[in-house]
Amino acid sequence: MLKIGNFEFTSRLLLGTGKYPDFDTQKKAVEVSETDILTFTVRRMNIFEPSQPNFLEKLDLEKYTLLPNTAGAKTAEEAVRFAKLAKASGLCDMVKVEVIGCQKTLLPDPVETLKATEELLKEGFTVLPYTSDDVLLARRLEELGAHAIMPGASPIGSGQGIINPLNLSFIIEQSNVPVIVDAGIGSPADAAIAMELGADGVLLNTAVSAAKDPVKMAEAMKLAIEAGRLGFEAGRIPKKRYATASSPVEGLSIG
Amino acid sequence: MKLHINGDMVEVPDTITTVSGLLEHFELNNKVVMVERNEDILDKETLSETKVEDGDKLEIVQFVGGG
Repeated sequence: MLKIGNFEFTSRLLLGTGKYPDFDTQKKAVEVSETDILTFTVRRMNIFEPSQPNFLEKLDLEKYTLLPNTAGAKTAEEAVRFAKLAKASGLCDMVKVEVIGCQKTLLPDPVETLKATEELLKEGFTVLPYTSDDVLLARRLEELGAHAIMPGASPIGSGQGIINPLNLSFIIEQSNVPVIVDAGIGSPADAAIAMELGADGVLLNTAVSAAKDPVKMAEAMKLAIEAGRLGFEAGRIPKKRYATASSPVEGLSIG
Repeated sequence: MKLHINGDMVEVPDTITTVSGLLEHFELNNKVVMVERNEDILDKETLSETKVEDGDKLEIVQFVGGG
């Protein structure tokens, strides 16, 4: 069970809703992923085209928790505004703080992320900040009261997987709130490694939506996250330099 | 009257007096939309009592796909 603030979830996969080839594929991918949490973002509406389809309308909103992000914000102030706009829908209390400080790397601005997290906590939101894999920054966010910490595995949409497993494991070890690895996951193996390191969940989007077969990849990610979690709970064997026989060495007739 | 909606100047009938009236005019009343009027973010419950006046600056936003 994944507990974030007052919310409880069965699935440890948080799925993004951007860049799918079509709504039908997206709907199937969401279903097979068995996710409980879907991320969205807030954008201006084209008021002259009210019949424009929207993925949200195709969802059973009883089944999913919406996690709006503040993507597009470059400052804490903008992030707070996006979060409040999302909350005004009456559909969500959680927010993923995402304050991008560099358009080329899409890496989060640590100072603005801290400020936005602090402000949104004061406003009563359940706050999940997307952060770099900086260990001390993660600690500072937790000290502020963040309900989960979401360190990136590697730059958003890069599919590079976990480039600093050491930092990630330090963050996981020190945290008393859930750690959700967010951004950069490319393959099911990446997601499994994150979970084996002890992450409480994985948030991904492009790895599924841009896969050759998003529906199959959604299922693969679901299984990888479950396998990684089970492996973590089971406790892996330590690595040794030399071999250890699996078959008994006693009772050999020829020696 | 003239309103600034999502950065554009839009002419709407003077019979529109409230934000929910405005949403109905654009056939958005059954959609999940969030509204900001003159930099005030409006709770869903207050849309029918919030007035719109000539020259108001409105942002009408929605949820779209994102990660």
